[in-house]
Amino acid sequence: MGVPEIAIETSGLVKTFGSTRAVDGVDLTVRRGGIYGFLGPNGAGKTTVIRMLATLLRPDAGEAHVLGHDVLTEAKVIREKIALTGQFASLDEDLTGIENLIMLGRLLGLSSRAARSRGLDLLAAFGLSEAAEKQVKKYSGGMRRRLDIAGSLIVTPELMFLDEPTTGIDPRSRNQVWDIIRTLVSGGTTILLTTQYLEEADQLADRLAVIDHGTVIAEGTPGQLKAQVGSGALTVRVLDEADREDAARVLGEVIGADVHRESDPTALTVRVDQTARAAAALTALEAEDLGIETFSLGQPSLDEVFLTLTGSPADDSAQGTPDETKAGAR
Amino acid sequence: MSAVETTEEPGGTAAVHTDKIAGVLMPTGARPRRAGPLSASLTYGWRALLKIKHVPEQLFDVTVFPIMMTVMFTYIFGGAIAGSVDGYVQWLIPGIFVQTLIMITMYTGLTLNRDISKGVFDRFRSLPTWRPAQLVGALLGDQVRYTLAGVIILTVGFVMGFRPDGGALGVLVAFALLLVFSFSLSWVWTVISLAVRTEQAAMGISMFILMPLTFASNIFVDPRTMPSWLEPAVDVNPVSVVVTSIRELMAGSFQAGSVATVLLYCVVLVALFGPISMFIYNRKS
Ligand SMILES: Nc1ncnc2c1ncn2[C@@H]1O[C@H](COP(=O)(O)OP(=O)(O)OP(=O)(O)O)[C@@H](O)[C@H]1O
Ligand SMILES: [Mg+2]
Repeated sequence: MGVPEIAIETSGLVKTFGSTRAVDGVDLTVRRGGIYGFLGPNGAGKTTVIRMLATLLRPDAGEAHVLGHDVLTEAKVIREKIALTGQFASLDEDLTGIENLIMLGRLLGLSSRAARSRGLDLLAAFGLSEAAEKQVKKYSGGMRRRLDIAGSLIVTPELMFLDEPTTGIDPRSRNQVWDIIRTLVSGGTTILLTTQYLEEADQLADRLAVIDHGTVIAEGTPGQLKAQVGSGALTVRVLDEADREDAARVLGEVIGADVHRESDPTALTVRVDQTARAAAALTALEAEDLGIETFSLGQPSLDEVFLTLTGSPADDSAQGTPDETKAGAR
Repeated sequence: MSAVETTEEPGGTAAVHTDKIAGVLMPTGARPRRAGPLSASLTYGWRALLKIKHVPEQLFDVTVFPIMMTVMFTYIFGGAIAGSVDGYVQWLIPGIFVQTLIMITMYTGLTLNRDISKGVFDRFRSLPTWRPAQLVGALLGDQVRYTLAGVIILTVGFVMGFRPDGGALGVLVAFALLLVFSFSLSWVWTVISLAVRTEQAAMGISMFILMPLTFASNIFVDPRTMPSWLEPAVDVNPVSVVVTSIRELMAGSFQAGSVATVLLYCVVLVALFGPISMFIYNRKS
């Protein structure tokens, strides 16, 4: 059959909006099957890359092949094989849940009757049956996301783009969306997912690219990336503000890394490579009689990933970085 | 957790069962035959009708506005120009009918401008359908709005004494011709609304085009009464051509020539502005 092994391949992809270089030379290779994560802060260019790959936006330079087809010359073929769940609900807010699905079903070539029954089946599977006749604008964030994903599954796509599927929804809905995504992958769909959370990328993605200012700054498995960044961070809150400096000294000695003083005057954060070290540090604090209110051992945040990879924290906008910071980083 | 419970609608609290989702997935590669251009356009048209059903407020401009136009112009100009409202109604109603529908076509562009910026259009554009269907469908859906406005104008006109000699048949044929022209003209506003960034700008430009077209026409007064330099311009104004044809049809005198001219204008409008719309639409970010 000759099914291509590569789902997405781009080289030197560029897109500028006025003076903003939203995507600035992206080279990517995404294999078929599994989940590929796209990790980056606001304004990094994630959505813009997805829009180019989904044939909504024409690249200014570079090449992109999706499922073996050129995005510029074979857009129609690509559209038959992909589905897009956009960052901002790709649903008609005025219509009801079932109307949205019937509309999409009809557009994909189902008869009225088939579109309705397909829509009802999907709503049932996504736990939305009772909301079928409700306008989407009255849905909660989690319901909206599920309907949005259901809309992409009327016909099972070979490749699905999910742009920040869990941003702005509560933890329980987020877990539901994760379960849905994993189910899709086991059904054979390749997924390109964008996220701002390292934890999400770690949970779901087989491989991921870290993107910043329109370029890929790191690529690999979550394991490789975390090996670069360190496995996590220990955050400690001391009972008494006055003890913070002593606690910082102890943590620094035991863990052997820089201790970061948080804006909360009782909080300290330190990167740890081995969990055992964190335990030892806590014991040492105890031994010195420094009272601890809370402690937590968490995954490194996106900020920490960026701090390690670029030397500068993730900033919120592509244009907002002062030049000195950037110069210092490279 | 209580916060979660209150924001989730009853239907949303149902658990998501991944085995159910796995069960409902079609095998990859299995897909129905792709929807044809007509069926896709009709589906987008159906969407426009559903939006009217769910948000009926949007019919304000096609109900209240036509009543206002008809009553206002008949009484203001009726007294001043023709001396009597009764006689003027026969002349004016077909003109008001055309003018109001043409003005309403402008809203098609404004609505589209708002609609296209929404997330759902990203999804539409990623579907393997005939792309112009997204615009054609929206314009087809608007035919319902135009029809409603037309019926209201003619009803108000009838109440004020409008009695067309062409009878029901003449009125129906005239109505059909005007709907075809309105659909064709909508493409002009579509181009404008796709080309400019804001709704206000689209409104401004559209008004700038519409005002001279409707007022320098034969809607309100006979061009013979105008200054001689203006007369030829008024005669070739497409709005005058349409109004003349509609008046003839409603008066029961079918003139193949003027109907053909209107249809020619329609073809030119669509052939010119349709592709320009699509060109801009495909490149819109
Ligand atoms: N249509 C557009 N017109 C002008 N500028 C744009 C447009 N789309 C994106 N940009 C700019 O391009 C840059 C990248 O935006 P993009 O939406 O791709 O980022 P992102 O990684 O998806 O961010 P977020 O996490 O906020 O969704 C930003 O600086 C944004 O302001
Ligand atoms: Mg985005």
